[in-house]
Amino acid sequence: MKFVDEFRSPELITKAGEEIRKLADPSRHYRIMEVCGGHTHAIYRFGLKDLLPVNVELIHGPGCPVCVLPMGRIDDGLALAAEPNFIFAAFGDMMRVPGTNGSPLEYKARGMDVRIVYSPADALKLARNNPGKHVMFFAIGFETTAPSTALTLVRAKAEDLQNFSVFCNHVTIIPAIRAILDSPDMRLDGFVGPGHVSTVIGCRPYDWIAKDEGKPVVVSGFEPLDILQSIVMLLRQLRNGEAKVENQYKRVVPWEGNRAALRAMAEVFELRPYFEWRGLGFISQSALKIRAGYAQWDSEQRFTVPGVRVTDPKAAQCGEVLKGVLKPAQCKLFGRECTPEQPVGALMVSSEGSCAAYYNYEHRKPVTIASAAAF
Amino acid sequence: MATIPAAKIRFREPQIEMAHGAGGKASRRLVEGLFAPLLFGASPGPLGDAAHIQINGTRIAMTTDSFVVKPLRFPGGSIGELAINGTVNDLAVSGARAEAIVVTFVLEAGLPTEILEAEVRAMGQAAEKAGVRIAGGDTKVVEHGKADKMYISTTGIGRLLSGVEISPQSVQLGDKVLLSGPIGDHGITILLARGDLDLEANLTSDTRSVFPLVDSLVQAAGAGVRWMRDPTRGGVATSLNELARDCGHGIVLFEEKIPIRDSVRGACELLGLDPLHIANEGQFLAIVSAELADTALQALRATPGGEEAQLIGEVREQPESSVLVTTLYGGSRIVDMLVGDPLPRIC
Repeated sequence: MKFVDEFRSPELITKAGEEIRKLADPSRHYRIMEVCGGHTHAIYRFGLKDLLPVNVELIHGPGCPVCVLPMGRIDDGLALAAEPNFIFAAFGDMMRVPGTNGSPLEYKARGMDVRIVYSPADALKLARNNPGKHVMFFAIGFETTAPSTALTLVRAKAEDLQNFSVFCNHVTIIPAIRAILDSPDMRLDGFVGPGHVSTVIGCRPYDWIAKDEGKPVVVSGFEPLDILQSIVMLLRQLRNGEAKVENQYKRVVPWEGNRAALRAMAEVFELRPYFEWRGLGFISQSALKIRAGYAQWDSEQRFTVPGVRVTDPKAAQCGEVLKGVLKPAQCKLFGRECTPEQPVGALMVSSEGSCAAYYNYEHRKPVTIASAAAF
Repeated sequence: MATIPAAKIRFREPQIEMAHGAGGKASRRLVEGLFAPLLFGASPGPLGDAAHIQINGTRIAMTTDSFVVKPLRFPGGSIGELAINGTVNDLAVSGARAEAIVVTFVLEAGLPTEILEAEVRAMGQAAEKAGVRIAGGDTKVVEHGKADKMYISTTGIGRLLSGVEISPQSVQLGDKVLLSGPIGDHGITILLARGDLDLEANLTSDTRSVFPLVDSLVQAAGAGVRWMRDPTRGGVATSLNELARDCGHGIVLFEEKIPIRDSVRGACELLGLDPLHIANEGQFLAIVSAELADTALQALRATPGGEEAQLIGEVREQPESSVLVTTLYGGSRIVDMLVGDPLPRIC
């Protein structure tokens, strides 16, 4: 098993597409939300929309950890790291995200020491190798990346490494889904559940979506066949009038989640009483904060954070796109004032942002090409 | 000699960023918006890999390039070889046989002599292998910290091959896209050689002179060759997007036809990179007329080093000025130029 090729087999994908067309009731218009930005990208990258019938509509959810951060938090992080002996370390995805006075890459060009790291452990290594500097790791991500941040903090504490801290912007997925379902604008039929978050939290946390809200959830992998199969499973449930949580990504996601990861998170993090999300407003118990026992390594507890609230530019409709109310191309700034080179909001530059996915893969596609499988 | 009237500068950015050197959109903005108006006047025409100059009735091609590579040595080559092969290739894809190269070294004070010696030796060997003369050069030494060990800059001249007239304007609907071999080897090798990632792969840079392949192609199918380019920084996607923009047509690629080694695919999957955006140093693209496409392909495959050549796509009316990749199962996506360097993803 190669784990990639089988899930990209043209024959199986074509079959899944046919199955979807068979299952989709022509008198219904299905609105299915894929929560995770990684799924949005996969859908556009593999051209999966081309295989869906017109009445199966995919709505892009807020599962992009960079996109949901208000600009003020980016500014805060950059302000903290503006000190002369600081190193600002973050994942590559953060580098082009616009703050009020520029992105981390632009700050780098102006002389700030900004480094791309591939994991928080790399940031820790930077701190060990640069004793004269303070390394601030700008931590982002849903529950997918929180455990590795937690383990890094455990290690930092064990080594008593003084020149390292984490600016924590981890958020949790369930409150975001709840906010979507509570929103009066949304009418959804089901969810393609986040694949990688679920490797940590398991499938149980989605039970209430099926039981209380009556919407089916299928936790999905990221290959084309995974996503199509998940849609097949959702349509089957909808046809049978069922609403339950299913795991399509069994080869990676354990139903009970990853106990060790959850323990590490509980050791290091606690929930903030509330946190501001771009587009969704203030949501209680939706973000992680570093516990007092690790205060030494919490940038917010060790240094003074400006904490300025910055609202998005008036014309930008990042919030509505994040909620799925608007498609990227429906935002007034899309492709004009807001492009990957001159982004107004993070959605246009993040590898999980739906605007970026749409801009890069889809929006100049001619309608006619899409259905011609004849070459 | 008439002065070229300077045209209006369209480059509005207040400072130069790394992205401006990455070979993608930002680079293009800088070249088209600042350099071209000031140096080439109001209507410079499409910017190619090499300039064609007439001297007393003889047409020669001239190109320049600079090499800023880290690390200096990597599996499959080093900066010295890249410098020679890169220059030879720029001339080759503009339809010329490289005759002579001059080299400038900008060296950082403190550079160990043995490192310099190794690179100069590598350059000599690469030049001999490529059949090109290193005719001279210049050296500058800058303070420690002002150059990443060494920067190399080259200028090469070559004699234009007969039987080939290439320009984006000659590209027609129905023409085929020819690729000389697997893509992504060089860029991924460099990325892994930097040691930032805990990834290993049995991969080497593909740096080599593509002139023998270009020569075979021109001899077999010269009349049908419309355009050629070596997809270095920015990858196949950038080269083809530039062509699409210059000729106004659409370029449709068939994903299953694009040759990519498993190790490159694997590394790209892990990092969230698209092989079409990754630099190559030993491959080239050609647009060939439909009638001569198969002849062209066979000519490449029969030449040592061209065994993995493939026809990977064709020129169509839609999508205008853009590049589209299609899959066997009927899906498709637009492939654009990158803004700056490819950045690996988070989760």
